[in-house]
Amino acid sequence: MSVLIGADTRLVVQGITGSEGTFHTLRNRAYGTDVVAGVTPGKAGQDVEGIPVFDTVADAVRETGANTSMIFVPPRFAAEAILEAADAGIALVVCVTEGIPVKDMAYAHAYLGGTETTLIGPNCPGVIAPDISNVGIIPGEVCSPGRVGFVSRSGTLVYQIVHELSSAGIGQSTCIGMGGDPVHGMGFIEALSLFEADPDTDLMIMTGEIGGDDEERAAAYIAAKVTKPVVAYIAGFEAPPGKRMGHAGAIVTGSQGTAAAKAEALEAVGVTVARTPSQVARIVAERLPG
Amino acid sequence: MDLYEHMGKDLFRAHGITTPRGVIAETPEAAAAATEELGGSAVVKIQVQAGGRGKGGGVALCRSPQEVTDAAQRMLGSDFKGLTVTRVLVEELLPIAKEFYTSVLLDRSIGEYLWMLTAEGGMDIETLAVERPEAIRRVHVNPGLGMRAWHVRELTGTLPAEAREGAGDVLRKMWALLNEMDATLVEINPLVQLENGSVVALDAKVTIDDSALFRHPDIDALADAFPIDPVEKRAKEADLQYVKLDGEVGIIGNGAGLVMSTLDVVAQAGAHAANFLDIGGGASAEKMATSLHVILSDPAVKAVFINIFGGITRCDVVANGILEALERVEANVPLVVRLDGTNAEEGRRILADAAHPRIVPVATMDDAAAEAARLSKGGGA
Repeated sequence: MSVLIGADTRLVVQGITGSEGTFHTLRNRAYGTDVVAGVTPGKAGQDVEGIPVFDTVADAVRETGANTSMIFVPPRFAAEAILEAADAGIALVVCVTEGIPVKDMAYAHAYLGGTETTLIGPNCPGVIAPDISNVGIIPGEVCSPGRVGFVSRSGTLVYQIVHELSSAGIGQSTCIGMGGDPVHGMGFIEALSLFEADPDTDLMIMTGEIGGDDEERAAAYIAAKVTKPVVAYIAGFEAPPGKRMGHAGAIVTGSQGTAAAKAEALEAVGVTVARTPSQVARIVAERLPG
Repeated sequence: MDLYEHMGKDLFRAHGITTPRGVIAETPEAAAAATEELGGSAVVKIQVQAGGRGKGGGVALCRSPQEVTDAAQRMLGSDFKGLTVTRVLVEELLPIAKEFYTSVLLDRSIGEYLWMLTAEGGMDIETLAVERPEAIRRVHVNPGLGMRAWHVRELTGTLPAEAREGAGDVLRKMWALLNEMDATLVEINPLVQLENGSVVALDAKVTIDDSALFRHPDIDALADAFPIDPVEKRAKEADLQYVKLDGEVGIIGNGAGLVMSTLDVVAQAGAHAANFLDIGGGASAEKMATSLHVILSDPAVKAVFINIFGGITRCDVVANGILEALERVEANVPLVVRLDGTNAEEGRRILADAAHPRIVPVATMDDAAAEAARLSKGGGA
């Protein structure tokens, strides 16, 4: 089984008629995802390889029962697309679009707080439940079904590490690319809590990178709430410290956001932190029960 | 995009926040002339995209045009935290009664704006935050709600009564600036009350969201003032994410996370990366050629490690891209190539068949890093 998406996922794609939108919609459908609708303003009545296109998400929900949205809308309109999906009652929104203005995302994030909608991203590769459903741009070929839950801030590291896992015969229950934007939807804590509650996940992997304090907060959550084993990987030990302007950033988090600080915080709560992507698969193989 | 202080102050004045009178100078002569206009004495401040200028000798209080000339002479063309100083801000000296500190920025951990204000300006604010955090008032502003009157009351309540009205006015204008200009940080350190009671921003640190620059072409154009390394400029024009580092192994990879990870793995193999270069999606021959050109123009590079994980990008396309790129760019150092993911076997076969004398194909990321490290130290192929 899987978290977030599964056999009952009914997908609407916002921005389906753009070249990226069409390409990934058809890839997701070929993987087995039930793609029921697309939305492009002004193109209602058209179809993309048999997938009906609507003017609004509300129309798509009414006509097709869509419950999940994937967004490929250009950055300047993407936050609006997230709001539209939430307003139409979509339960899960996966926003792939990169480069959305922070102010627009901050507003959308504040609005979503008062709704039942879960957002993944923006600037993320999406979610895949191997052999069941794929919502996003993670190449399905590298995944294999199994009992490891995986959440990552970086996109290409998802591909790299999932590939190492699959090559070592370790399958995944669900892989979540949460994206690395300053203001984003689902974070490590929400993803880990889903995997903790999922009877079909035995172990979880989280991969972080420099910047922000998501990993530090995840460490505190793991210490308090997580009983399943967690393996982590952090990228960016060799990254040069950014030329910081002003003092305010450091005062807020009390952390410099370095890879070393993150690894230390995670190791302090019993998480095994791998030093290379290939080490992740080796550590998981040792720690998987049975 | 981090603005120079004087650019931030231009935005301040446009939004009604008072700043000292000042003039930008790019020569000592211009700085001295500006000082005459300002009444004979002035403060001279280097303009760089970095903080810590006060402690680092980037600010000079001068009592005469001659002192200003000397200060500007010393500052212009000098290096501050790796940044070349090309201009100084020459400002009038004001009679200061009290110094405060205030900033508003995006708190990414909860997606809200965090506003901070303290009556204890003038000292090291980061030290104050650690030693006496209660001296700093903090208020979160929900982006859906915006800044409200009670936020202003809460913040300015920590100030002496006679400064509250003037400071509150500055806070409201900072919020307007933040919203209208898509700023992710507005910091005033120090915000001062003058002997005549008025509240003035002596400094300005403003960061504008890069993703929102399409809404602010005038701000985008200011970037021309920032000195940029010619190699970095070339990379930027080709839409490559490139950062020069100090090592000897040139790195090309796809995706920021994978490239960061590559730097780490190379370090564990005992060498150091000469750069960070994210070629992005596609990895076309065109982009590969530009990337190689950028990296090989660095004389410190003794070996190159091309680390590609094919997701949507197919490794056979990347392999052909590398071969095509090598027809346009001459490589005098070995190129260790690791291709994995979609169509990896086909990509590896293409490289094997080509048998290019400079290409060293390696199957895994760890082995490739070890090989690149060895070759960078002069090991034979």
